[in-house]
Amino acid sequence: MFIYTRPAYQFCQVVLQGYLDEQFYQLEELQDESSPNFVEEVVTLFFRDSSRLVANIDQALQKYPQDFRRLDNFMHQLKGSASSIGAAKMKNECTSFREFCNKENREGCLRSFQKVKKEHAVLKQKLENYFQ
Amino acid sequence: MSSYAEGRGEQEIHVLAVDDSSVDRALIAKILRSSNYRVTTVDSGKRALELLTLEPNISMIITDYWMPEMTGYELLKSVKESSKLREIPVVVMSSENVPNRINRCLEEGAEDFLLKPVRPSDVSRLCSRMR
Repeated sequence: MFIYTRPAYQFCQVVLQGYLDEQFYQLEELQDESSPNFVEEVVTLFFRDSSRLVANIDQALQKYPQDFRRLDNFMHQLKGSASSIGAAKMKNECTSFREFCNKENREGCLRSFQKVKKEHAVLKQKLENYFQ
Repeated sequence: MSSYAEGRGEQEIHVLAVDDSSVDRALIAKILRSSNYRVTTVDSGKRALELLTLEPNISMIITDYWMPEMTGYELLKSVKESSKLREIPVVVMSSENVPNRINRCLEEGAEDFLLKPVRPSDVSRLCSRMR
């Protein structure tokens, strides 16, 4: 379990609820006087890219439901970005989706993708609150 | 890091970071800049090769493995097959720990292989391998 002693109550809660892992703390450690908004900037980049990828996957599930390679490629990108900002829960759901892709299980992909979208939305809300 | 740069005299250490993910470009650039390296980021292997024809003094290339159109492995091969570029050390990054992939890159001449997300400690150990 990752033990964290930062004073910000909000951040502790987001970590302890499992939404973020130690990688987010690494981002905060990189923030300094030369880039005082580094974390927020990276998170903004993440949600810009992840929203696009979620839309791409949504569309691919409709238009190319048997193209598991395409789906996996999109989800690989999404998982990578989630991992880079420490979005632990979202990363785990991305992994599940890829496992269903690997088994070419469309129903599994559809169910799993709903969870990915849910975690994405919840994380966005929590981080918006955190940066306010 | 800065003492190593000073040891190199006036020559600036310039690292080219290649990644199609804007998040990962921001992250690797920040880590490198925190070590006082000059950093240029591009989003594809194709753009990396274009820049390399214009910018001769690149100390190291750090590239993601999995990119559309040209993978980091293909970029590595292009660099190592070029008489002008082959001396530039190339480090490959990937979010996936695939031994075959790692071995293939190292056999092709990669200096190192880093697992993402990359940490400052990963970059620290590259210091002595910069050109």
